[in-house]
Amino acid sequence: MAKQRVLITGISRFLGGHLARRLEQDPDVGEIFGVDLEPPSVELARTEFVRADIRNPLIVKVLQATEVDTLVHAAVIATPGRAGGRAQMKEINVIGTMQLFAACQKAEKLRKVVMKSTTAVYGSDPTDPSIFPEDVGPASHPRTGYAKDAWEVENYARSFGRRRPDVGLTILRFANFIGPQIDTPLTRYFSLPVVPTALGFDPRIQLLHEDDAIEILVRATREQHPGTFNASGDGVVYLSQALRMAGKIAVPIATPFMNLLGSAVRQTGLVDFSPEQLQFLQWGRVGDVHRLKTMFGYTPRYTTTEALRDFITRSKLAKVFSEEQAEQWEKDLYDFLARLSRRRSAPDAAKV
Amino acid sequence: MAGAEVIRIQDGRRADPQLCRGRTADGRPCRNRAGASGYCKRHEPGAGRAATPAPSRFEADLERALAFLRRRVTGAYAIDDFGFDPDLTENVLLPILRPLFDRWWRVEQRGLENIPASGPALLVSNHSGTLPLDALMMKLAIYEGTGRHCRLLAADLPFRLPFVGEIARKSGNTLACAEDSTRLLDAGEIVGVFPEGYKGIGKPFRERYKLQRFGRGGFVEVALRTGAPMIPVSIVGAEEIFPMIYNVKPLARLLGFPYFPVTPTFPALGLLGAIPLPSKWIIEYGEPIQTAPFTPDAALDPMFVFNLTDQVREAIQQTLYKNLMSRRSVFF
Repeated sequence: MAKQRVLITGISRFLGGHLARRLEQDPDVGEIFGVDLEPPSVELARTEFVRADIRNPLIVKVLQATEVDTLVHAAVIATPGRAGGRAQMKEINVIGTMQLFAACQKAEKLRKVVMKSTTAVYGSDPTDPSIFPEDVGPASHPRTGYAKDAWEVENYARSFGRRRPDVGLTILRFANFIGPQIDTPLTRYFSLPVVPTALGFDPRIQLLHEDDAIEILVRATREQHPGTFNASGDGVVYLSQALRMAGKIAVPIATPFMNLLGSAVRQTGLVDFSPEQLQFLQWGRVGDVHRLKTMFGYTPRYTTTEALRDFITRSKLAKVFSEEQAEQWEKDLYDFLARLSRRRSAPDAAKV
Repeated sequence: MAGAEVIRIQDGRRADPQLCRGRTADGRPCRNRAGASGYCKRHEPGAGRAATPAPSRFEADLERALAFLRRRVTGAYAIDDFGFDPDLTENVLLPILRPLFDRWWRVEQRGLENIPASGPALLVSNHSGTLPLDALMMKLAIYEGTGRHCRLLAADLPFRLPFVGEIARKSGNTLACAEDSTRLLDAGEIVGVFPEGYKGIGKPFRERYKLQRFGRGGFVEVALRTGAPMIPVSIVGAEEIFPMIYNVKPLARLLGFPYFPVTPTFPALGLLGAIPLPSKWIIEYGEPIQTAPFTPDAALDPMFVFNLTDQVREAIQQTLYKNLMSRRSVFF
């Protein structure tokens, strides 16, 4: 049987790069091509880098020349900062994907498309069910930013899937990534010295460890898993809880001021606070991972809490206080109060 | 999480000859410097006081409270996918309600044996009292009576509100929708539902104890699909806590609330008027209505669902009348 030929978009990014590296080690994978505007950040041995813009009609030629049978589309950008503005980001995400799938339609050798999407397509809203299964949509789909892009991009992928039933389409809706190496708005958020949160709200968050994310992408590329899957570690944590585990101090801010602060922080470029992220900070979101575990057949090695702990210990976050300190405080406080109470009760006992 | 125990720092210290060999009230090694006998002054054998006095109640409570605080500060507790935080609920939220339950409303429970010790059940209750305090009392009642947590289904308004939504979620409640309730019942939880919704809780005082329409019977469909028994719950007493004599609709519309109550004391007495009246409460759990004998397809038959809804409603209404008759007065 001919070896698998894979094209990866977004090769310069963490997941695209690491996917290519894992595929390189697999003897059953033939040639690997990586498309992006920037060269890969991960060191790659036999992956061929094609500097191309997926928005350019040239992408048709790339697809035909490389004769790939598998396409991994991991180029959808989550933050406007990376692309140089929201307009540019939307251009790359939506128009780029449109072009890419238009090109795919003509690629006759293509048999499989794997798309990296996000649970952000479910939005964050108090009127939605607590846990999203893949086939039940939210009451209203996100209308702004990355989440809207991701939803539109998924729609292009689905309509491509309908036009080319011979191509197996896998859509992976990833929860927030976390890990010692990956750089996301969330990891940067956790690295802030004091962390702004929404006053009176505590969102549930779901996390996927970077190692599990790579493993899921590899399996989706190598195996046959057509369908849409939520991908996250088991379980959820509250944001407040996660911050306490990380030993951070949360600064609750009334929501009307959050937007103001958001735009101020955006100027600094440290953290990207977009409106849909502010919504996320109020209500969070949780996807149902049952299908990933049963149909896709992979249970992430890290649960949400374990992934978070691994991130906290291995990325050496600056903690304001540690567990050991908390234990010491507990002990000291106990000894102090117990002694105090005994001293107070001793004279009473003497009276009797 | 299993890691929620107090971790005692013992090893290594025992071997230290510099430290006292005695133990503190709760059995921890004493951390004081030892004298010639190997004990500190407090734990000197034969000293006036016992070397290890029995831990007082205060000390046991203190240890529990501090362990709880440490868990909260370090995030060492587990929540489920719905956001239910048992550690917080059992140690803070329910204890806050206990004085209201025991002293203020002196809640009496009847028919506790109808609640299964394990497995799913859908508690269907009447709803009243202007503020959903009856729901909170039912939650505490179930916990006191059976040790199980009742997962209440609420409208979306509380989840929109800051603080309220957060606490509602952390105490195990969720949005009243078919997806969530099905998921909870499939997981074998006790789920509490108030099908009257705002029509019940916000009804005027003159209509007290008259059950309103039971929604659209969605709860019956969920029970049929999951095979969970439905247990009718009748709460007497909650109607009188805030007797609503008038509903200021324009103000309610302005604030985005389903109603704006005027009671004999609110808003006339300001915040004082927000103190609920100390009526006497009776919560009665009726005979379970089994849904397991029916196939899940029965949920597709609207007439059948309608009849079953009526059956539950009738059971609650009859028990309400019965308990009202047996009540000596509103307050005793």
